[in-house]
Amino acid sequence: MSEVKKIATRESYGNALVELAGQDDRIVVLDADLAAATKTSTFKKAYPKRFIDCGIAEGNMMGVAAGLACAGKIPFASSFAMFAAGRAFEQVRNSIGYPRLNVKIGATHAGISVGEDGATHQCNEDIALMRTIPGMTIINPADDVEARAAVKAAYAHNGPVYMRFGRLAVPVINDSPNYSFELGKGITLKDGKDLTIIATGLCVSYALEAARRLARDGINARVINIHTIKPLDEELIIRAAKETGKIVTVEEHSVIGGLGSAVCECLSEHCPCRTLRIGVNDVFGESGPAVKLLAKYGLDENGIYTKVKAFL
Amino acid sequence: MDKRNLQKIANEVRKGIILSTHSAKAGHPGGSLSAAEVFTYLYFEEMNVDPGNEKAPDRDRFVLSKGHTAPGLYAALAQKGFFSTDTLSTLRQIGSILQGHPDMKHIPGIDMSSGSLGQGISAAVGMALAAKMDGRSYRTYTLLGDGEIQEGQVWEAAMLAGHHKLDNLVVIVDNNGLQIDGAIDEVCSPYPIDKKFEAFNFHVINVADGNDFDQLQSAFSEARATKGMPTAIVMKTVKGKGVSFMENQVAWHGTAPNDEQYALAMAELEKAGEALCQK
Repeated sequence: MSEVKKIATRESYGNALVELAGQDDRIVVLDADLAAATKTSTFKKAYPKRFIDCGIAEGNMMGVAAGLACAGKIPFASSFAMFAAGRAFEQVRNSIGYPRLNVKIGATHAGISVGEDGATHQCNEDIALMRTIPGMTIINPADDVEARAAVKAAYAHNGPVYMRFGRLAVPVINDSPNYSFELGKGITLKDGKDLTIIATGLCVSYALEAARRLARDGINARVINIHTIKPLDEELIIRAAKETGKIVTVEEHSVIGGLGSAVCECLSEHCPCRTLRIGVNDVFGESGPAVKLLAKYGLDENGIYTKVKAFL
Repeated sequence: MDKRNLQKIANEVRKGIILSTHSAKAGHPGGSLSAAEVFTYLYFEEMNVDPGNEKAPDRDRFVLSKGHTAPGLYAALAQKGFFSTDTLSTLRQIGSILQGHPDMKHIPGIDMSSGSLGQGISAAVGMALAAKMDGRSYRTYTLLGDGEIQEGQVWEAAMLAGHHKLDNLVVIVDNNGLQIDGAIDEVCSPYPIDKKFEAFNFHVINVADGNDFDQLQSAFSEARATKGMPTAIVMKTVKGKGVSFMENQVAWHGTAPNDEQYALAMAELEKAGEALCQK
């Protein structure tokens, strides 16, 4: 097997910002002293006059972004997910969400794949928090191709968008020429009839691998990539439940409030069926190499495979 | 506009505050009344705004960071003609445009939704930064409560404003001395307010009486002439100003007048209005 290209979606974020900025001078980028890590440093280098470093003050950064949006700018406010969604939650809700301002939030270092920094910086709650804000669009891309498409879709959408990116380099899985990104539309990556695995973010590639292994055991799993968690592609999910009868969700996020919750909320109302949520099981993370942590918390290919086998 | 006319408008603003909070049976008259002069001065003297062209790109901006004093801002906007003064009686009612705190999506003339303390100043900094980036000449004003500046976000915003030398930004602190739980220096003293803003690289103007139009005029002229740094106007005011039984009474921070108190307050303001006409 040839070596798979791996890119962290935070890199994609920085690169996409530079690509977009050339087309529209309303685009400005804000960061809170993490430009080197969020990769907005790429933008800063290309467009220094359109980059605002707010210092280590995420709450203020969200408010400043709101003010810039009021004045006609398209601000991309960037920080780690922990601080963008966590620390600044109330500013995002009241200064951006409530007036529905055209602010894009680029949240990097989401989930336990932050790795060595440990629990304080591993945000497994951001999707849950952002989902509760009326009118907030939430995108959690799976790879470099999807992340760059997500940034462009967020730019094209008029209203607040929360984009979730990772620190860890992840395989490029969407490099087919047929790939297209549509906000709010899930993508069926593999057809199947025995169950459906619905995954998001970096768990999508693991879900695909797990499905291939299940196939060797004679289990035919459908795999759906949900890149837009809000609005959720309910139609695709309900159809999968009707056609395959069993649903497994996989995410690098708490099982409370994220993709698993969103899918179960949808299905319990529209098509009750057996479900299994794979995610971070209401615990804090810990320090360690990202790939080993993903294995320990059962979010990699082997974890998904094992849990699905037990579920069936 | 001469001082007498500004005083007349401020008196009408006060009536609007009493009328709207009485109708709503809720709201914050104390801090609205303390700021009646500054609302009036901003909308009738200082700011370049046009009710007929409320989204003009080069208009001056105002963010009411102390959003709970919306009754004062609403009354001033109604006086200016952004909407009918009849609307004031719908404050806080279901279906009214006049939400309990400023709502830019529904209220003509509101530049930013606000109400959660400490956040409005950040948006004002964003607006001022946008003007600098685009080379636009509009100015941005934001009004904060003296209790509000206990919020850490205020100082995050002040640090960024000072760092970017936003001389198109004026931060006004309504120093009426009272917050819900009591006197600000007894709850958690923010004093010295002027030295704090100085330390954040602001040009600071202390106004001994923020309910006096001459002093406001002098302060805002000085702010306009200040280059290379943002200005903070720290103005001493009287909470509940203009309604004698509300003055300096912390209980009137967030309590609406009942029917009897409404009648008393309106009678006092009518009398003040008549006196202004006779002078």
